Amino acid sequence: MLRYVLKRLVSLVISLAVASLVIFLAIEVVPGDPAAYMLGMNAQADTLAALRDQLGLNGSVFERYTSWVGGMLVGDFGTSYTYRTPVAEMIGDRMWISLPLAAYALTLSTVIAFPAGVWAASRRGSAADMGVMGVTQLGVAIPNFWFAMLMVLVFAINLGWFSAGGFAGWEQGFLAGMKSLTLPAIALALPQASILTRVMRSSLLDTLSEDFIRTARAKGLTRRQVLWRHALRNAMIPVLTIIGMQFSFLLAGAIIIENVFFLPGLGRLVFQAISARDLIVVESVVMLLVFAVIMVNFAVDLAYAAVDPRLRGRR
Amino acid sequence: MSLLQIEGLNLSIHSFDILHNVSLTVEAGQIVGVIGESGSGKSMTALAVMQLLPEGARAAGSVQLDGQDVLRLSEAELCHLRGRTMGMVFQEPMTALNPIQTIGDQVAETIRVHEKVSKAEAQERARVALARVELPEDRFPMSRYPHELSGGQRQRVVIAMAIALRPKLLIADEPTTALDVTTQAQILKLLKRLVQEDGMGLLMITHDLAVVADMADHLVIMRHGSVVETGPSPDLFRTMQHPYSKALLAASTHQPDRAAQPQEVPLLEVRGVIRDYATARRGIWGKPGTFRAVDDVSFQIRRGESLGLVGESGCGKSTLTRAILGLEEVQAGEILLDGQSVFTGHKANRAVRRRMQVVFQDPYGSFNPRHRVDRLVSEPFYLLDTPPQGAARDAAIAEALESVGLTADDRHKYIHEFSGGQRQRIAIARALIIRPDLIILDEAVSALDVSIRAQILDLLADLGDRMGLTYLFISHDLSVVRQVTDRVLVMQAGKIVEQGDTALIFDAPTHPYTQQLLSATPRLPDTHAA
Repeated sequence: MLRYVLKRLVSLVISLAVASLVIFLAIEVVPGDPAAYMLGMNAQADTLAALRDQLGLNGSVFERYTSWVGGMLVGDFGTSYTYRTPVAEMIGDRMWISLPLAAYALTLSTVIAFPAGVWAASRRGSAADMGVMGVTQLGVAIPNFWFAMLMVLVFAINLGWFSAGGFAGWEQGFLAGMKSLTLPAIALALPQASILTRVMRSSLLDTLSEDFIRTARAKGLTRRQVLWRHALRNAMIPVLTIIGMQFSFLLAGAIIIENVFFLPGLGRLVFQAISARDLIVVESVVMLLVFAVIMVNFAVDLAYAAVDPRLRGRR
Repeated sequence: MSLLQIEGLNLSIHSFDILHNVSLTVEAGQIVGVIGESGSGKSMTALAVMQLLPEGARAAGSVQLDGQDVLRLSEAELCHLRGRTMGMVFQEPMTALNPIQTIGDQVAETIRVHEKVSKAEAQERARVALARVELPEDRFPMSRYPHELSGGQRQRVVIAMAIALRPKLLIADEPTTALDVTTQAQILKLLKRLVQEDGMGLLMITHDLAVVADMADHLVIMRHGSVVETGPSPDLFRTMQHPYSKALLAASTHQPDRAAQPQEVPLLEVRGVIRDYATARRGIWGKPGTFRAVDDVSFQIRRGESLGLVGESGCGKSTLTRAILGLEEVQAGEILLDGQSVFTGHKANRAVRRRMQVVFQDPYGSFNPRHRVDRLVSEPFYLLDTPPQGAARDAAIAEALESVGLTADDRHKYIHEFSGGQRQRIAIARALIIRPDLIILDEAVSALDVSIRAQILDLLADLGDRMGLTYLFISHDLSVVRQVTDRVLVMQAGKIVEQGDTALIFDAPTHPYTQQLLSATPRLPDTHAA
């Protein structure tokens, strides 16, 4: 087990190093002079020089890379060119929206998908199963921004239960904050829950047709006992993979939904930074998202090992 | 009242009739062998007793177990019986256990499902059950997971689960079919001992007459969902009347006629071949170890000869096959076909490669299901520099199909339209189409029913005579090897431990491993005596 964790950790560190290098090269080296890019074509020579100096572009590529990585390791992400504030601060504020939003959406998606998937699988071919499959088909097909706008129309404008956008701020209290995240979370969770339900159902059906399920039935277990004691945990392995991928997507992929609801999250920050050519912000936020994705994958790997003894290796 | 009394059992799944009027009885302490080929309904009979039938199955008649008709019990009552009054052991030990639960928990579960006992007591009784199947706690801790055990050990765990509550009836559906002969002999001995100790009835289902011949008290022969003949064993082998029973017995010991005499010239020469595999690193910075799958193997096959290669799973048979076919490079030694090396540098030598073909075990898995037969059969043409085109190609395909007893029109069909035996014929046609000198038969008849197996063996013998083929016949089934080979190699842990004339080795084996293999091989009683 320890060896498995160590191996995953080594792979995590390597992935992070490779990702940081790729991001750095793609943003700072490949396009040429970042300062010229940020200031546009008509920049004055002395302004350019000043910006280069401010961005620390005067050293060698290697020096710039190590100072960027070294800064990030101690929490220094540089200073935003457009906002003139430390990037770490900007990320800090926005992370407290994006992270809870992703977690909220993922919780919703899991809470819906698990029972729905189990229910459909245990009644394979029944009206309930077909109903679940039909609804999830729709859930996968509907674009989430359109669904988001529909919800704004119904729940914010007509019924007035929620505000149409913006974030109340955590200082208004936990419930107020969660309330402003509810519609975006539902919009994000809908397609995810649909996919997860389908994966859960098909994985469970595959497991239920395995030989060891028949062995368990021959021991005298009821259908229900077999489902809960033997099938479910075995069916979790593909489901965990999807959950990991979904969390990564929710964290980085909420750009459109954050825009629909005017949420000042990380997605919106990247979007604005790209429009403003604020390379320092882009670089840092992208690296942060990559970090989050890699950490989630690491957590999923550990979860695999918790579920499946074959991965823990021989004792 | 018998322990198990099946009377007039009819079974249909959706609208297909599976069983017709099946009747049989099992007494306490009795071993009843149910024998039949695939599709005979033997497994469905067992599942009907357990009431674990597939969806859409309807059973009629009566199945009295210990005085209760299981066909008339509710699902809750059946759950009460399963595991407690009747237990079942299945064919595939590799998949019959939950991979993510310890063996101790899985055995204890049988007890905890039926009796309100503490976890500790259930574990203690599981320990006893595992010890009874010869998996003592000190050598096989109950915290082991199935993947940490061999196939035979896993089958013992499945048996322990089935007998933990000392049921009155044990059903074993092909319990040793997936195992090696020596493991098979051990499992059969174990089952016999458990029957004697507990006085339970054993309904033993198998396709292999020899497996039950010296074990069962009573035999039931089934075909197409009906019982064709029953009688006490081993007398039934002498007194059997039904033509199907006789045909089944004849097919089990079928000896194909082979006319061709091997020539003196060697066709294939294997000299000092070593094949190493890298194993996992020890520690993150450690060096990978090596596993020697084939260890200094040398032998020859003469032109026109049929050479057998026997050994248990994991002994290196398949690795050696892949090396001969040039699919994997060897670490030392050389393999020559007609004096030409199989490998030139690091690449397989096409000129040699096209002179040998292989037929694998699995008639279902070894074809691409999306290709038509003509494309499947003509695949080896890729080995030729100038493959035949147009009419010549069609003629070659037709000839190959006809030579294995199919028709030229079968070329337009897909593989799912054929039976297992027909698929194996197509595999042979595919091997023949480029007129190779050597055909490697890697467990080529192991998955076939005995009557089909006899037909395929006849076909191979006939083709060998007509086309002057040389065969390397790889199998774990010693009785088949005895029937069709001139010479035999016995392989153990990567080494050839004994080789010589087949008849000689089978009659007077000198190596202890060969002796062990032969004594473990189930044998049919001698029917000529009567």
